[in-house]
Amino acid sequence: MSTAQVAVTTKKDWSSDQEVRWCPGCGDYGILLAVQTLMPDLGIAPENTVFISGIGCSSRFPYYMNTYGMHSIHGRAPAIATGVAVARPDLDVWVITGDGDGLSIGGNHLIHALRRNVNLNILLFNNRIYGLTKGQFSPTSPVGKVTKSTPMGSIDPPFNPLSVALGAEASFVARTHDLDRKHMMETFRAAHDHHGSSFVEIYQNCNVFNDGQFDEVTKKQARDEMMINLVHGEPITFGADQQRAVAMGVDGQLRLVERADVAAEDILVHDANRHDPSLAFALARLSHDDHSPTPFGVFRDIQRPEYAGAVADQVMAASERKGPGDLEGLLRSNGTWTVD
Amino acid sequence: MTDTIDRPEADGDDVGEHVLDHLIIRFAGDSGDGMQLTGDRFTSVSASFGNDLSTLPDFPAEIRAPAGTVNGVSAFQVNIADHKITTPGDEPNVLVAMNPAALMADLHRLEPGGTVIVNEDAFEERNLDKAGYKVNPLDDDSLAHYRVLKVPMTSLTKEICAPLGVKPRDAERSKNFFALGLVSFMYTRPVEPTLGWIAEKFGGNEQVEAANKAAFLAGFNFGETTEAVGHRYEVKPAKLPAGTYTSITGNTALAWGIVAAGQLAKLPITLGSYPITPASDILHELSKHKHFGIRTVQAEDEIAAIGMALGAAFAGHLGVTTTSGPGVALKSETTSLAVSIELPLLLVDIQRGGPSTGLPTKTEASDLNIALYGRHGEAPLPVVAAYTPAQCFHAAIEAIRIALKYRTPVILLSDGYLANGSEPWNLPDVDTLPDISVPFTTEPNHVDDEGNEDFWPYLRDETTLARPWAIPGTPGLMHRVGGLEKKDGTGNIDYTPENHERMVHLRAAKIEAIANDIPPTEINGDPDADVLVLGWGSTWAAIDAAIQRSRRVGKSVASAHLMHLNPLPPDLGDILKGFKRVIIPELNMGQLTTLIRGTYLVDAQCLSKVQGMPFKSREIEAAIDEALASISSSNDNPNGATS
Repeated sequence: MSTAQVAVTTKKDWSSDQEVRWCPGCGDYGILLAVQTLMPDLGIAPENTVFISGIGCSSRFPYYMNTYGMHSIHGRAPAIATGVAVARPDLDVWVITGDGDGLSIGGNHLIHALRRNVNLNILLFNNRIYGLTKGQFSPTSPVGKVTKSTPMGSIDPPFNPLSVALGAEASFVARTHDLDRKHMMETFRAAHDHHGSSFVEIYQNCNVFNDGQFDEVTKKQARDEMMINLVHGEPITFGADQQRAVAMGVDGQLRLVERADVAAEDILVHDANRHDPSLAFALARLSHDDHSPTPFGVFRDIQRPEYAGAVADQVMAASERKGPGDLEGLLRSNGTWTVD
Repeated sequence: MTDTIDRPEADGDDVGEHVLDHLIIRFAGDSGDGMQLTGDRFTSVSASFGNDLSTLPDFPAEIRAPAGTVNGVSAFQVNIADHKITTPGDEPNVLVAMNPAALMADLHRLEPGGTVIVNEDAFEERNLDKAGYKVNPLDDDSLAHYRVLKVPMTSLTKEICAPLGVKPRDAERSKNFFALGLVSFMYTRPVEPTLGWIAEKFGGNEQVEAANKAAFLAGFNFGETTEAVGHRYEVKPAKLPAGTYTSITGNTALAWGIVAAGQLAKLPITLGSYPITPASDILHELSKHKHFGIRTVQAEDEIAAIGMALGAAFAGHLGVTTTSGPGVALKSETTSLAVSIELPLLLVDIQRGGPSTGLPTKTEASDLNIALYGRHGEAPLPVVAAYTPAQCFHAAIEAIRIALKYRTPVILLSDGYLANGSEPWNLPDVDTLPDISVPFTTEPNHVDDEGNEDFWPYLRDETTLARPWAIPGTPGLMHRVGGLEKKDGTGNIDYTPENHERMVHLRAAKIEAIANDIPPTEINGDPDADVLVLGWGSTWAAIDAAIQRSRRVGKSVASAHLMHLNPLPPDLGDILKGFKRVIIPELNMGQLTTLIRGTYLVDAQCLSKVQGMPFKSREIEAAIDEALASISSSNDNPNGATS
């Protein structure tokens, strides 16, 4: 990352002149506002920032950012962004994707970008529905979901996006939601500051095809009891009076407990930097439905070698060992003979 | 490439008592017998000896098919000559058969009266049975029409290796060097280069080095001391144009062409690639040359591979992806995006037999249609085809030149025959290679109504119609591109009917105009001849040999070869109309032929071959003869020009 002085910017500098065309009331507006508001605080320049998206409602996002950007093909944004990052490790590269784009048609690229640990900030807008194609179930829709393509209810078991990311060895995994700009900004900032692939699932409401999908968890009046805020180094507690907590049972399973029922030292202390992903995985799977307390925040934030930097290091090491490329020498490298 | 034939090509007859003007050897054995290595060594030695040569590796898709079966036969054919040649030869003069399966698979290719050298030890019941022989062909008269040399290569190799302490099983694996030693004697190849090569290659393993050297020398000495071997023959060095030569395969030349293009364009390269036969060697080769500023990523799949290349192009690199037919199909959607966002990109297709997995290790040229048309929507792009192994170098530079200058994806077609085949290459002076660099846009290119400078990513260059290439990191030029239709000029999303039509036409016009930026069609032979053989891709070698031979006996025939398949050279239509007959040999069902007929209303006839093997020059000569005969019988000109 360059330490050169970056000119002070405002939200306006990060907003393009294009008319935003999401449906009125869409959760995407809140996410766009959070990103545009955050960017001036990151100490980076719009010209050194690239937003790459796939296809879907969320993937229109780059058009609204006054940065370099590409609205690419369904599912392929992580691969294209990997190319940008490998070519130019100096850039700040963001991937905007959705549950269909990232976890269905583009699942392969997503897991491999995470596995390689390319320095990308991947924001997955999860609305559990195909919005742009007007309402089919997605790979995160619950079983039984009635949609145009599943009139008798979906029989597809859904993915848990965080479990997928952790299974793919993601080094940074977080969850936030579209109704809390402050939490989004904190989470995106942490994702940006992480060197390597950052994966952020954003619970996002589609008010047209899947309205209220996350209401039981993220609505203001539900949050105290239903949202578990993960803070690194702190005991995991929640509830209006922090009266509930997460503890590990003797079988190794995480459980929701009443704080009064357990000793203070039995309450799980959140450790996002723990290399072993099993606790992050257990936290990611704490909630199996939309009616139980759900963790938010940074689940995992560990350091491991970043891919684009490693590619650049090999190029540099080869240059140091062999000197600059010599084309004439290359053409003669397999042995030659001369005809007079 | 302007290859010429300096002296007549004889048909395998001795031109002096012990001197041959050319020799075609086919080494054939089990996949595990090391035949590719043996052929490769014979080739290298002949190259540095100064022969002109052309090779045809021919191996199965299985790494190790069941040992001893016909399916497992791996062969390497090489043609060496004392004059300029272009093909690996129609019919081998010598067949080295390491087992019965190799004899079964390849005897039919041998010229009548040719020499068969067999490893006698391998002709035992089990191997004969596996190869499908009811009777040992060495015992009956089935080889009566050939000169047969029966050599117990396995036992002689084991015998010579025994005092070296090499286990019999390991010793047996050196029998290919015995065979190489024997033919090295018979055809007067120098010994030292091979001994040196063995030392270098196997230096880490003393026993293997010693066994291979011993086997090689034993084979050589066997030839010298065994009367049955008879005459020793020689193929003198060819009188090739002066220069510094190296022996090169198409894939290596193509990879080096990409390296060179990066230097000539002053751009770092990012290659995204997924392993696929027969293209993987380009990924391997480029991965060795990181010090040229080359980044190689082995992607998770074909789609990611081109996605990475396109992302790199957006970021200001020379983006390259390499694959074969099935991969082209997978990359189609991203290729269309590249057409739409108008970024430079090279897509290399090393064609193989299809459809689907088809014949992965055999050659075919049946991806012309997918290259020309295999995208959704109106998505034209330039298509360039390489036509000899060494020429792959220049074809890669030319494809990249077009991609950069016109901000377009370009498909470069090669094939399995060019990829693995090798020939001597008169190295170009690197200082004479073209400068293909293009500037990035760094300043605003437009002033809005209020007098403010801004940047329009789709404001085109008036002559090339290329849009500006402004890369991330450039202040003030931030912009978005994408697959949605863009407004002409501003590049903003625009769905209006007139704008879409305008953009479709602009993208097409940009590609069509490249026709004015490619060399005119060269006619090889008399432009007033009756018959024109029009080719593209690797058929060049067989066409050229056929044309030279036909013209030598006074046949009225000429040829032309297309390197640019889209757009086609502007002079092509008029040229075609000047001939009474046009033949298009293709390793497909007539993909170029259909295009030529449709484009120029010329009654071109396809000579089709889809056997996973290149054309023999004789097959093309036969088609020429047939065309000439049809002219004399009908005396018309179907193309409508004066005759």
